[in-house]
Amino acid sequence: MTAQQVRTHSIDMSSVLRDQKKTDEPNEACIKVENLNLFYGEKQALYNVNMEMFKKKVTAYIGPSGCGKSTLLRCINRMNDLVDSVTIEGKILLDNENIYDKTVNVAALRRRVGMVFQKPNPFPKSIFENVAYGLRIQGINDKRILEETVENSLRGAALWDEMKDRLNDNALGISGGQQQRLVIARAIAIEPEVLLLDEPASALDPISTLKIEELINELKEKYTIVIVTHNMQQAARVSDYTAFMFMGELIEMGTTSELFTNPQKKQTEDYITGRYG
Amino acid sequence: MDNSKIGHHISGQFNKELEDVRNKVLTMGGLVEQQIELAVTSFVTGDVEMAELVIKQDNQVDALEMAIDQECMQILALRQPAAFDLRLLITVIKIVNDLERVGDMAERIAEMSIQLSSADSNKRDQYYELEHMAELVQEMLHGALDVFARMNVEDVTTITGLDENVDREYASIIRQLITRMMEDPRNITRMLDVLWIARSLERIGDHACNICEHLVYMVKGEDVRHLTQEELERKMKE
Repeated sequence: MTAQQVRTHSIDMSSVLRDQKKTDEPNEACIKVENLNLFYGEKQALYNVNMEMFKKKVTAYIGPSGCGKSTLLRCINRMNDLVDSVTIEGKILLDNENIYDKTVNVAALRRRVGMVFQKPNPFPKSIFENVAYGLRIQGINDKRILEETVENSLRGAALWDEMKDRLNDNALGISGGQQQRLVIARAIAIEPEVLLLDEPASALDPISTLKIEELINELKEKYTIVIVTHNMQQAARVSDYTAFMFMGELIEMGTTSELFTNPQKKQTEDYITGRYG
Repeated sequence: MDNSKIGHHISGQFNKELEDVRNKVLTMGGLVEQQIELAVTSFVTGDVEMAELVIKQDNQVDALEMAIDQECMQILALRQPAAFDLRLLITVIKIVNDLERVGDMAERIAEMSIQLSSADSNKRDQYYELEHMAELVQEMLHGALDVFARMNVEDVTTITGLDENVDREYASIIRQLITRMMEDPRNITRMLDVLWIARSLERIGDHACNICEHLVYMVKGEDVRHLTQEELERKMKE
């Protein structure tokens, strides 16, 4: 064998090294949380949270029950406004605009920031109408646009092949896993920028869970995703960044691979390895 | 011994499993150390029986290697460990591989000492450099296992630093062997056997260094393989 031949067989190291550096690429912040404090009446639930979430990346919040991760998630589309005794201090910037500014139209904000909950909550309507609902309340009734959007959204939620022949069936008649994907289809039909997922797979069986996780992977091509999950392995599988919260404070945030193999804070280590602190 | 790094899981069973893996590694380490000790002694004293014991016991080292690997795999599959727990298991899998190789080296030394015992029963005093080299690598291996037991990597550079001395001894032994071969070609066969022993000892030193590097990863989460001694020292001071 000549040296020339050896060279042609050698591995292209640049590709190997590039993979390692992938996470170091500069990211564009989509959502910035600044000095956020939240009180339910007298009780403080979030303490001075500061974090950034990046465009077209998946950020997962993990932490024990009651640590404030759902509360924080709900702040991002002002769901907490619906709770009476809540006071919020600080800012959340979506594309550099404070969503808590008085001039912000909350309905418009929620069009940009879609949300999916733990339990699938389809409307008691047909599958087609469920997905078309967001467009209809915006006053869009053109049949062609609706049909196109419904098909694209169902495809986007990996549900089209299963549902295309039963679009007029009642949405309550499909399985829980399908319902959850239907709800995601409904959320993406209005083309939001951000998707908030609050325990999207906790009520589903393992196969449906994997389908949702696969879907999250596809959705991040287009959307910035924030997910709350109790399932740490799930956070590890689907997210690019992970934030660990404890007692209303953000303890540590970093790339998922770093946080799960070499966390910097002891509290994080104790939580992800299942130790009592 | 400090078990705080392993214990305190909410699942007591998980604590036990990790503790068990750790104890098995220490058992295996102890056995391997004993194997080297016996092999070197058998060479120095020409005790063939002792050398045969080393060869016979090597399968215990192998069995421990497989048992520990199996246990690690089981824990990885069933518990999905993270952070330190994950690094511990990955490190253990690598360490037992090194330990098993060290066991093989001890076996080889034993084989050579059997061959040599029939060849020169009264020329052993010329091998005291080998004895010294053996002491050095035993110290290194013992140090590495001690680091694992204490899970404190502050002093690893002292252990890896010894490898330089080992390499120097090795080079000097080779020079001597060459001289003797040139003195009298009838020595060549015997000197080649001695060379194998020196080579095996030198490899044991390398394996001890590998173990130290793996342990730094386990404790600090930092990959320090393939660094020079100076680079390693600098990194450990950071």
